[in-house]
Amino acid sequence: MSELTVTVLRLGLLVLLWVFVMSVASVLRTDLFGTRVVTRRPAPAKKPARSAGRPVAEPNTPRPQRNPRIPTQIVLTTGPLTGTSLPLRDSGVLIGRNPECTLVLDDEFASGRHARILRAEDGWYVEDLGSTNGTFVGQYRVGDPVPVETGTAIRIGRTVIELRS
Amino acid sequence: MRRAITTITPARGRNVELLLTALAIGVVILAYINVSVAESGTVPADLLGHTGILAAIALAVHLVLRWRASYADPIILPIVTLLNGIGLVMIHRLDLAAGRDFSSGLALRQLVWTGLGVGIALAVLIALRDHRVLRRYTYTAGLAALVFIALPLTPLGHSVYGAKIWIKLGAFTFQPAEIAKILLAVFFAGYLVQTRDMLALAGHKVLGITFPRARDMGPLVIAWLAAAFVLVLENDFGTTLLIFGLFVAMLYVATERISWVVLGLGLAAGGALVVYQFASHVQTRVLCWTDTFSEEGMQQCGQLATGIMGMAAGGISGTGLGRGRPWLTPLPESDFIFTSLAEELGLIGIFAIIMLYALLVERGLRSAIGLRDGFGKLLATGLTFVLAIQVFVVIGGVTRVIPLTGLTLPFIAYGGSSLLTNWTLVAILLRISDHARRPEPEFDPASMDAPTQMVKAR
Repeated sequence: MSELTVTVLRLGLLVLLWVFVMSVASVLRTDLFGTRVVTRRPAPAKKPARSAGRPVAEPNTPRPQRNPRIPTQIVLTTGPLTGTSLPLRDSGVLIGRNPECTLVLDDEFASGRHARILRAEDGWYVEDLGSTNGTFVGQYRVGDPVPVETGTAIRIGRTVIELRS
Repeated sequence: MRRAITTITPARGRNVELLLTALAIGVVILAYINVSVAESGTVPADLLGHTGILAAIALAVHLVLRWRASYADPIILPIVTLLNGIGLVMIHRLDLAAGRDFSSGLALRQLVWTGLGVGIALAVLIALRDHRVLRRYTYTAGLAALVFIALPLTPLGHSVYGAKIWIKLGAFTFQPAEIAKILLAVFFAGYLVQTRDMLALAGHKVLGITFPRARDMGPLVIAWLAAAFVLVLENDFGTTLLIFGLFVAMLYVATERISWVVLGLGLAAGGALVVYQFASHVQTRVLCWTDTFSEEGMQQCGQLATGIMGMAAGGISGTGLGRGRPWLTPLPESDFIFTSLAEELGLIGIFAIIMLYALLVERGLRSAIGLRDGFGKLLATGLTFVLAIQVFVVIGGVTRVIPLTGLTLPFIAYGGSSLLTNWTLVAILLRISDHARRPEPEFDPASMDAPTQMVKAR
């Protein structure tokens, strides 16, 4: 075969090698995982959506009708994680220091599995899971499940969790 | 500012993996065509047969991953396939240069070893459903590693080029120290995850550095010293360096103390100085490193000089596969395969290969970050460092960054033991990355209502 063919093959191999490296790198770029922190209020409308991630819900999109007394999220108002919010899912929220909890607290006064917020037929309840320092709703120390609604503040150690809708 | 934290579930990426693996096979096919066009001027008739075997092997791994580890990292398999394939093509090319055809050449044997290695890797992937099981065998692994390292000193041992690192079983030779790498990573991970707090916090302070108590540090030091001692008896300094690097890296990752790195490098320097005084073997290696082109250096280890000359002949874009003269260097398919590749692929090609290794290492460390259990984190880090240190020691050795020691370039270099071990290592890494990327199961409130059971009473 001609010298030209050999040269084309030789350079083609180098190009293809780098094409491979680049495509691996581009897969890496879209392969983020872990947790994502989204700024909720001042999100600019023309922020580009990530190509690989699921589309982030636009803050302005109208949501289905909701009852303001039924909480849909919990917000940490005092303590090391102030400002964090978490959606309330029907499967409930397990709170504690243990990494397997839904809400992992960075609080020395919290137990490993401290409390959980759970869904019953008539609304949301908070239940203490035998924690050392207790879970408080107002001045009342929670034992058996206690009903909670929007605006209720739950205190765990140095953390205060508020239910919002 | 109000923030919300949501979990991103990663895509499984199995289709991406299939696509990238196909691309990797494409690169290997093009490289194979390159070789035979340069050699005989024709596209080989057995092209699809030969590359098909590699493709089938890669496809088998891919299918098992879909079946048993569907969240495993999608990038590891394509990279490893490409590295293995490039190595095969290079070995085949050197076979042709030495007058061996495919059926009698080293490439076929390497391909058989690849098949065996993948077989073991698949067995590991299928049998090992959870890497945390390995933690039960912490001390067993440590002991087994020492036994494997010491095996060549027994009558089974077999010596090649002055290094007693082989065992011979019939017609079959094997380097047992290769397996010890994985076993030692398991041992270090299992031991460190249990004692790292003690190592980091308890101890005596001397000169601003906190030294741990002997009872915490003892087993590690004993294991490492025993391994190093035996390896020095066997003249296997490459593996000594590898195990020491692994030891320091894992200690640093476990305790987050930079003083370990300083201490480790100091100890290594001291040890190297002592060995230098006593072992003539090491003195030669150092002479070759510092004075490669002197008369004595050329006499003792001319292959280092010819390797460097080969790389220089390749230049930026290389001579092209099949058009250089890499066989002028002794051992062009094993210890010096890096210079062979650098001569024929040039700086551009060899940097692509180094990038592939870097990406592989990055994926390993990323899996370690994604994991939630300490043992898995340390194990993933350890296995990744085993790969990284091998690459550094080999490439550093042939490019005169460090003295030349005998390790193999993972997946590329000719050598059965190394291929088997590295495929097994990758299987464990894939299993770990599957755990790291798999989304957690939703918290099930019903499980909390079940009565607590005493599982094990001490």
